Amino acid sequence: MFVNPVTCTRRRLLLGAALLLTTFTALASPKIEHWTLANGARVYFVEARNLPMVTLNVVFDAGSARDPQPRSGLSMMTNHLLDHGSGDLDADAIATTFEGLGVEYASSNDRDMAGVSLKSLTDRALLDPALDLFARVLAAPSFPAVSIERERQRALLGLKQAEASAANVAAKAFFAQLYKGHPYALPTDGSVAGLKALTRNDLTAFHARHYVGRNAVLALIGDINLREAKSIAERVLGSLPAGDAAPPLPRVADVAPRGRIEQVLAHPSTQTHLMIGESGMTRNDPDYFPLYLGNFVLGGSGLVSRLSQEVREKRSLSYSVYSYFMPLREPGPFLLGLQTKNSQRAEALAVVRRVLKEFTENGPTPEELAAAKKNVTGGFPLRIDSNKKISEYLTVIGFYGLPLTYLDDFIPRIEAVTAGQIRDAFRRRVHPEHMLTVVVGGGGE
Amino acid sequence: MSLVRFSLALAAMLLAACNGPVQETTLENGLKIVVREDHRAPVVVSQIWYKVGPSDEPDGLTGISHVLEHMMFKGTAVHQNGEFSRVIAENGGRENAFTGIDYTAYFQQLEKSRLAIAFELEADRMRNLVLDEKEFAKELRVVMEERRLRTDDQPEALAYERFMATAFTAHPYKNPIIGWMRDLEKLTVQDLRTWYRRWYAPNNATLVVVGDVDARAVIALARQHFGPIPAHTLEPARAPQEPAQTGTRRSRISAPAQVPSLLMGFHAPALSTRSDDWEPYALMVLNGVLDGGGSARFERELVRKQQIAAGVDIGYSPTARYPVLFFMQATPSHGRTPAELEAAIRAQIRRVQEEPVAPEELARVKAQVAASNVFTRDSAFYQAMQMGMLETVGLDWRLLDRSVERVRAVTAAQVQTVAKKYLTESNLTVTLLDPQPGKAKPRAPAPLGGGHVR
Repeated sequence: MFVNPVTCTRRRLLLGAALLLTTFTALASPKIEHWTLANGARVYFVEARNLPMVTLNVVFDAGSARDPQPRSGLSMMTNHLLDHGSGDLDADAIATTFEGLGVEYASSNDRDMAGVSLKSLTDRALLDPALDLFARVLAAPSFPAVSIERERQRALLGLKQAEASAANVAAKAFFAQLYKGHPYALPTDGSVAGLKALTRNDLTAFHARHYVGRNAVLALIGDINLREAKSIAERVLGSLPAGDAAPPLPRVADVAPRGRIEQVLAHPSTQTHLMIGESGMTRNDPDYFPLYLGNFVLGGSGLVSRLSQEVREKRSLSYSVYSYFMPLREPGPFLLGLQTKNSQRAEALAVVRRVLKEFTENGPTPEELAAAKKNVTGGFPLRIDSNKKISEYLTVIGFYGLPLTYLDDFIPRIEAVTAGQIRDAFRRRVHPEHMLTVVVGGGGE
Repeated sequence: MSLVRFSLALAAMLLAACNGPVQETTLENGLKIVVREDHRAPVVVSQIWYKVGPSDEPDGLTGISHVLEHMMFKGTAVHQNGEFSRVIAENGGRENAFTGIDYTAYFQQLEKSRLAIAFELEADRMRNLVLDEKEFAKELRVVMEERRLRTDDQPEALAYERFMATAFTAHPYKNPIIGWMRDLEKLTVQDLRTWYRRWYAPNNATLVVVGDVDARAVIALARQHFGPIPAHTLEPARAPQEPAQTGTRRSRISAPAQVPSLLMGFHAPALSTRSDDWEPYALMVLNGVLDGGGSARFERELVRKQQIAAGVDIGYSPTARYPVLFFMQATPSHGRTPAELEAAIRAQIRRVQEEPVAPEELARVKAQVAASNVFTRDSAFYQAMQMGMLETVGLDWRLLDRSVERVRAVTAAQVQTVAKKYLTESNLTVTLLDPQPGKAKPRAPAPLGGGHVR
């Protein structure tokens, strides 16, 4: 919500980069320790001695895909309200304690996960009380009625505010249409009807069902040894009941629409936002590496990608044009997008479709493939150069059950991808003639 | 010049300048170099900061610094259009650029052994840029799309633009970084050539490198690549001074939206190098007291207790060349009006003026600043960015580490003093985003070949 006056960058950071877990080499991978608590909570730990700080990231299989459709927003509200009360502590007391210790507490949810994180200095006078309070808000939130009502109103206002953004309208329409009949259709920030219908009982029941040991993963990194890490994990998650792991999600393949669909929504924006796509791949997909590397050439490598060259560099149609796979538990979307002034939208759409069709049929050139491999492997050290980034990777490895050797294996697997494999994977998995197209804008005309 | 001779010649200078993990030097051509060794990961970030930005732009040429930033990737006499990005990408690097109100900066992040590649390309485009007319015309259209994306279609960004243009009447801070669309439409390649020749020179730049490197070797490498570029006589811009404000200013802007928004700001000082200059630090603490998280006054009083605001944020970025604004951006909660919210914010301001902040509040802000100083070091890029910005606006990178002590020294009385001195009626600007919900409703959609959902 805050207006950032500081900078204009030359281009948007790559959307795909944040969403795809990518490369590692054997030489510099951090050593991951992994164990499971008595209640089933899985812990992933990396010792990082260079800064006197500790980062904890706890995620539960409790993302918006777990919302009952008439209660869309339940995952988000449960997650968001954890630090609004526990026992005799209210929201004021919890915030005062965390912030007085200088720690940073945050919560967030996406379609698969709901998570909370804590960042603290390792000074035990700060860390110990922070850990105790963190454990308490995870295990025993009180969901005060006054907080529920207030935060419900704020969330509803947030939905209204977001309607002013064509990008937001397009993304919501895209998921709603692509995953119609599947929980991925539900927005991560809830629906108006769902938020209005939520009760305190819904929140306490959702918390009791999902915030349990067998449904939990802790990613832990910092200036502590293994013994201290074990004690911290026990202290933070040990008191959660074991409960049950969440059941498998419905299969996307059973509900995904086939056939070409175009959805056009008017919006008073000067630009049209275009999104084109279909359901893509899972986190553990057998085609993961060919699809990842192929997309890198197509639209995942910033200004040097084919889409950028054709749409931005040659034709000046858009500031930002991209494509990415968003790998989720079930196949997340494969998505191409751009924004252009309303009068150019038909031209931009035609160019994107042509580039996609051509790439799907023929795959990358040998030069493009070689360049992509050099970028992905040569840039490996940048992907794990901070505690924050390593923590994000630990979370994904833990949550999706990727092998602990995932990081060591990554570079060899990228190197092994051939142009033929990319062509084959794209021909089987990408269907330019059967995609969903969402078009939002045109209001100024 | 050989490496050995260089090392001997520079050793004394480096020892004198060395203070903790940072080494700095200035080449004979005026290029300032700051290197911080950070050996946590085998990577390096290189940033070059030019002391030119929108605050140097005369009326009519707004946005020219940012357009030039885009054109810096369009080829030189040696490297053709697009080669910069391609070479960095093939080396596993990430690169980009950003324009702030007082600066234009370019960066590369690479595996540590590849720093020379970045230096070679960056030194080349410091002086050899080819500003081709056709490429300029194309890139200008991209920048216009960027403006539509970031500003024209973002009601709150439009409101901020109007707010700055109200609070500043003469000084260039009144203009948006990306420029006014009308000015962009009139910009010529000749304007850019003049701007580039005038500002892009070693004596108008700072090179900041942070990473798993040997600082002396980095300085030697920088000398090899940037050393031969001649210095250039700089003709500084003379930004019009902002006259003292003598009464509350108000503006409003209508935009297709459903939720109103309120901006309230006060002219406030930027950081300076004077060691007795405590006011910006007191304003930072005031910022933290009012808006430093869930336990700060705005969140506690206005959002949770009175439920009059859905959100209130303070903006105060004193790392700047000229005086800035201390401002609030606020959204009224459902059923409450902007006028009610403004009154509630004013009441909070009166309270910090009339009574000293509590010792617990002061302690909390200081604990947060100390912790966040450590957390920040998790990112080499952000460290480089902070040092580069400090140097570029005429300050000193050492403020990065000194700011924690400076904040620690702030007293409750000083917080009260700056609140009384700057948060005054005659120093206030208020801008209202007046939503036009009617326009946001879907209209009959224009056909797109395929038509509606089917």
